[in-house]
Amino acid sequence: MRDVAVIGVGCTEFGEHWGTSFRDLFVKAGALALEDAGVTGENLDALYVGNMSAGRFVEQEHIGALIADYAGLATNHVPSTRVEAACASGGLAFRQAVIAVASGMEDIVVAAGVEKMTDVGTGASVDMLASAADREWEGFAGATFPGLYAMIATDYMHRYPLTREQLAQVAVKNHENGARNPIAQFQNRITIDTVLNSSLVADPLRLFDCSPITDGAAAVVVVPLERAREFTDSPVRVLASAQASDTIALHDRRDISTLDASVAAGKRAFSQAGLTHKDIDMVEVHDCFTIAEICAIEDLGFCKKGEAGRLTEEGVTALGGKIPVNTSGGLKACGHPVGATGIKQIYEIVNQLRGDAGARQVDAEIGMAHNVGGTGATVVVHILGV
Amino acid sequence: MSVSRFWRKIPQRYNLIGTQCTTCGRYFFPPRSLCPDCRRSGKIVDHKFNGEGTVVTYTVVRSASDQFENTTPYVLAVIALDEGPRLTSQIACLPEEAKIGMRVHSVFRRIAADGESGVIHYGTKFVPTE
Repeated sequence: MRDVAVIGVGCTEFGEHWGTSFRDLFVKAGALALEDAGVTGENLDALYVGNMSAGRFVEQEHIGALIADYAGLATNHVPSTRVEAACASGGLAFRQAVIAVASGMEDIVVAAGVEKMTDVGTGASVDMLASAADREWEGFAGATFPGLYAMIATDYMHRYPLTREQLAQVAVKNHENGARNPIAQFQNRITIDTVLNSSLVADPLRLFDCSPITDGAAAVVVVPLERAREFTDSPVRVLASAQASDTIALHDRRDISTLDASVAAGKRAFSQAGLTHKDIDMVEVHDCFTIAEICAIEDLGFCKKGEAGRLTEEGVTALGGKIPVNTSGGLKACGHPVGATGIKQIYEIVNQLRGDAGARQVDAEIGMAHNVGGTGATVVVHILGV
Repeated sequence: MSVSRFWRKIPQRYNLIGTQCTTCGRYFFPPRSLCPDCRRSGKIVDHKFNGEGTVVTYTVVRSASDQFENTTPYVLAVIALDEGPRLTSQIACLPEEAKIGMRVHSVFRRIAADGESGVIHYGTKFVPTE
């Protein structure tokens, strides 16, 4: 196995791109990443593209070929593969690229993620996103995605001392970070009252506990570490790449409030890297809902079960805190184009580790990305370092 | 959901018929055709659940997909059947009545319809016991 490094990253602005198509979003992110890496399309050995559901969002399948084509690589016949694990599609695409390079099969590989969600109405989107859970036995009964995470929140708040205000502080903190991120969908600051006064979506979760519907794409370029210096003076090393599965349905989990796949993927990642949570300087976690960030912080081992609300309230996870969480604004404020999110997390960590994060820069040499599919049926964790 | 897809699970959806592995005794609902514990040495048979259970967790869905939008708000819950397995179902009760630990039992109800002239999906909901 070879060591792997990221040599370039690119990301579109996240938001409602009414004037931009699925393929245009991808091409923009890919071009930014190649430019940043200093490589050209002809140099590429392979593409891995994370995408959850172009089939239902824009009625297009065969995304790998489409993207290779519109990236101008059809005549090069570059291998291009779509990767799907619901909201973890991006993280999984990155992992496939890392595996391809580590194995020695491929040298210069693009990992990307793209989702164009606003071409369908909100009701259709809600229905679509519910397919990340068990369609037959959760969706059929009327389970929405916010509904499932709301049931995690109900269970959690019944068992642990998490206040509604602490939960709201997750969104407040992520909007504070998003306000410093030029690609974020929401660059406005909010207060706890903004969250508490927003409409109920699924009790106890309100509108401002939920990540939005977003269009966007992100791409990164990975190469063998031994070749990274050919392209850049500031390569970022991939120290660990881990993945874990769990039951597709929330009701079959060992514990409703613990994502066991997060625990497993986190442990595997720390073991691969030879690190502990104390070595991590910043982490991008999958905050599709505020409660998901609370669970993630605990499940990855940054604190004990039941403590993440207090840590959030005390500012430990804020930009200036001991362990900054979601410096990008997270899914909540930066936006959540589902297939692109996992790659955007890598984009954010690389920017932070290279010192390119501008107004949201933290002091970091090692960063962690945590990308969840469904309610925790797939979890992908990466650790990057300089 | 297509007619055939709905139709083939009518016994399970209408009458809470799941499965049991007779090798280890474990019950499954939703039904499984492979026991995760015994794997290929497991023997799977149908089992009709008695429909009694306890609420593990719940929410009140107030914003739903198009198919369920006209029935909001509704109580959605994870319910532990007395035989062991857990499932996701609606509880036909007022939002403020729902509680963790509440005893419930199954009833046959209309779940949703595929548009105004589409197939009506019936299935199992739960109601508070007592």
